[in-house]
Amino acid sequence: MTNGTSGAIRTGRRDPDARGYFGEFGGRYVPETLVEPIEALERAYVAARDDERFQAELQRLLSQYVGRPTPVYEARRLTSMLGGARIFLKREDLTHTGAHKINNALGQALLAVRMGKRRIVAETGAGQHGVATATACALLGLTCHVYMGAEDMDRQALNVFRMRLLGAEVIRVDAGSRTLKDAINEAMRDWVTHVHDTYYLLGSALGPHPYPLMVREFQSVIGREARQQIAQLAGRLPDAVVACVGGGSNAIGIFDAFIDDPSVRLVGVEAGGERITKGRHAARFAGGSTGILQGTRTFVLQDEDGNIEVTHSVSAGLDYAAVGPEHAWLRAIGRAEYAYATDAEAVDAFQALARLEGILPALESAHAIAYLTTFARELGPDAIVLVNLSGRGDKDVHTMAKQLAAQGVTLGAGLGVP
Amino acid sequence: MSRLVETFARLHRDAQPGLVTYTTAGDPDLPRSGQILRALDRAGADVLEVGVPWTDPLADGPVIQRATERALAAGGSLRHTLALVRSIRADVRAPIVIFSYVNPIARMGEAAFARAAGEAGVDGVLVLDLLVEEAASFREMLADVGVDTIFLLSPTTTDARMARAGRLGSGFLYCISRLGVTGARDDVSADASALVRRIRAHTDLPIALGFGLSRPEQVAEVGTFADAAVVGSALVSRIAEASSSPRLEDDVAAYVRGLKRACETARVR
Repeated sequence: MTNGTSGAIRTGRRDPDARGYFGEFGGRYVPETLVEPIEALERAYVAARDDERFQAELQRLLSQYVGRPTPVYEARRLTSMLGGARIFLKREDLTHTGAHKINNALGQALLAVRMGKRRIVAETGAGQHGVATATACALLGLTCHVYMGAEDMDRQALNVFRMRLLGAEVIRVDAGSRTLKDAINEAMRDWVTHVHDTYYLLGSALGPHPYPLMVREFQSVIGREARQQIAQLAGRLPDAVVACVGGGSNAIGIFDAFIDDPSVRLVGVEAGGERITKGRHAARFAGGSTGILQGTRTFVLQDEDGNIEVTHSVSAGLDYAAVGPEHAWLRAIGRAEYAYATDAEAVDAFQALARLEGILPALESAHAIAYLTTFARELGPDAIVLVNLSGRGDKDVHTMAKQLAAQGVTLGAGLGVP
Repeated sequence: MSRLVETFARLHRDAQPGLVTYTTAGDPDLPRSGQILRALDRAGADVLEVGVPWTDPLADGPVIQRATERALAAGGSLRHTLALVRSIRADVRAPIVIFSYVNPIARMGEAAFARAAGEAGVDGVLVLDLLVEEAASFREMLADVGVDTIFLLSPTTTDARMARAGRLGSGFLYCISRLGVTGARDDVSADASALVRRIRAHTDLPIALGFGLSRPEQVAEVGTFADAAVVGSALVSRIAEASSSPRLEDDVAAYVRGLKRACETARVR
């Protein structure tokens, strides 16, 4: 692999090549108008990455404002119930705003300020990236416009209100499948119209180069902390690291520190939805093929004509037709493996973690927990598994109420569920 | 000599700007899409851009998004677009340019697409999200079958990339007149003529200007500094309005004849 364009990259160890490729995945497939703004972004990012003052300011905010480092917690009752590997949770749910998304939102918002852009646009699926971006914009005095699919606005109404309280404008997207993919299309249309004063703050390790690299680097704090913490707590590296994968930013953030430890299995868990059949899931590696969507070449759920398929997941944050290109590459070279958990399994895992550990996980993160049901036993009691608990589940209580009502369970909380 | 080169040579001899039309293949359905293309040709369109419907047209505004949705609902696809071109090729005089996003082509395979495009009688290919840097082998595959590769340039394009597009492109260059997505606007961008002048410093290829044009006077204005004007969303809107009417082809033809008359009264440079 070669270094990025300027030669100024700090380590470059696993950076994509000069055209933004991880192996055959990644690149830059954008309308012509965005080329120069994206190249300017790449130059600014590479300079910021090497700038100690930029890094110091980010570090200050991560520690004083976000609450880093987040703890690693040994989930002993969950371990005991599953009867397998010792389970440790990296508690990204304890960050300010309640998910890992804030790590990247703050990093990119600081970059926007550095570039002199005062108007921020973003997309959001579950709303966690939107909330994180609205928060960073409030903190730094930037205007914030968040595009959100109509379906996601309905199922994540709490986060819509949070964004508005934080001063962001939330714009409803009624196109296409009315979820994350369509919100990204609309955010890019906004950006292409307002390139001179606008910064596009993309929330996952997706999109055209340098976003997948940049988002990974801003999220890699998760793995750096966790690697040290688990070594202290358990006296050794874990045997496996598990994270849910929508676009894949929390997963790449925790995987990154373990890539060079061949004894550590890296497992991404996608959304199996109702079942692996066209239109009813979002498991790109289970039903997808190589394609190009929203700026990057990666694994995509598409039909034989290259049209993007409708996706489904109970969790809005995993409900997306493409996966971050570095994940496609890690899978291709055999460094990471990918599995999926279904809606029902995630809903069960949500309840298990609530009752056994007193933690309400985000439904996204519940997919990673769900995978442990079989995987912890497969690893065996001598093994250690580290799970990225990427976010908290407050935003999902309404969805959970509906899911449970469908199973005939009502908890009588007056959430408008019959 | 390619049909695109011949067309622009003829326009140049006549000192007239050309009219490029955009319609989405399969809108409102595949048979009528073919009838519309024939009508556009008869009404005087100099180049026919045929859009490939795709689920995620992120460079397009609402009008073409809706056209895409109609076309997909009617079964449109890249394969059907190529079949459509093949079916009308013998009937139309104007060169035909396929206008697509990259994923349908990547899915078919660039080599397979190039062969199919050549066989169907496609004259040029314009891929919205395939940058000149990524298109080196693709343009050669197209050149091998006599199909021109058209690159887009925009107000944000650097001089170095204009020069590269000028070297690697053929047929013509598509100049995006303004920032933003496709869609009709009230005025021609004030910076458009300076942008075209900037591009001309790097290339002798003809330059078609698009994005935002809808009215004869706009087309005439563009004709004073560019080699052709592209009308897309405004035409697609008329198709949408008339799609349930038996006068669909007549309405479309009348609109395009009005635009073409504006070209005939304008004088290039």
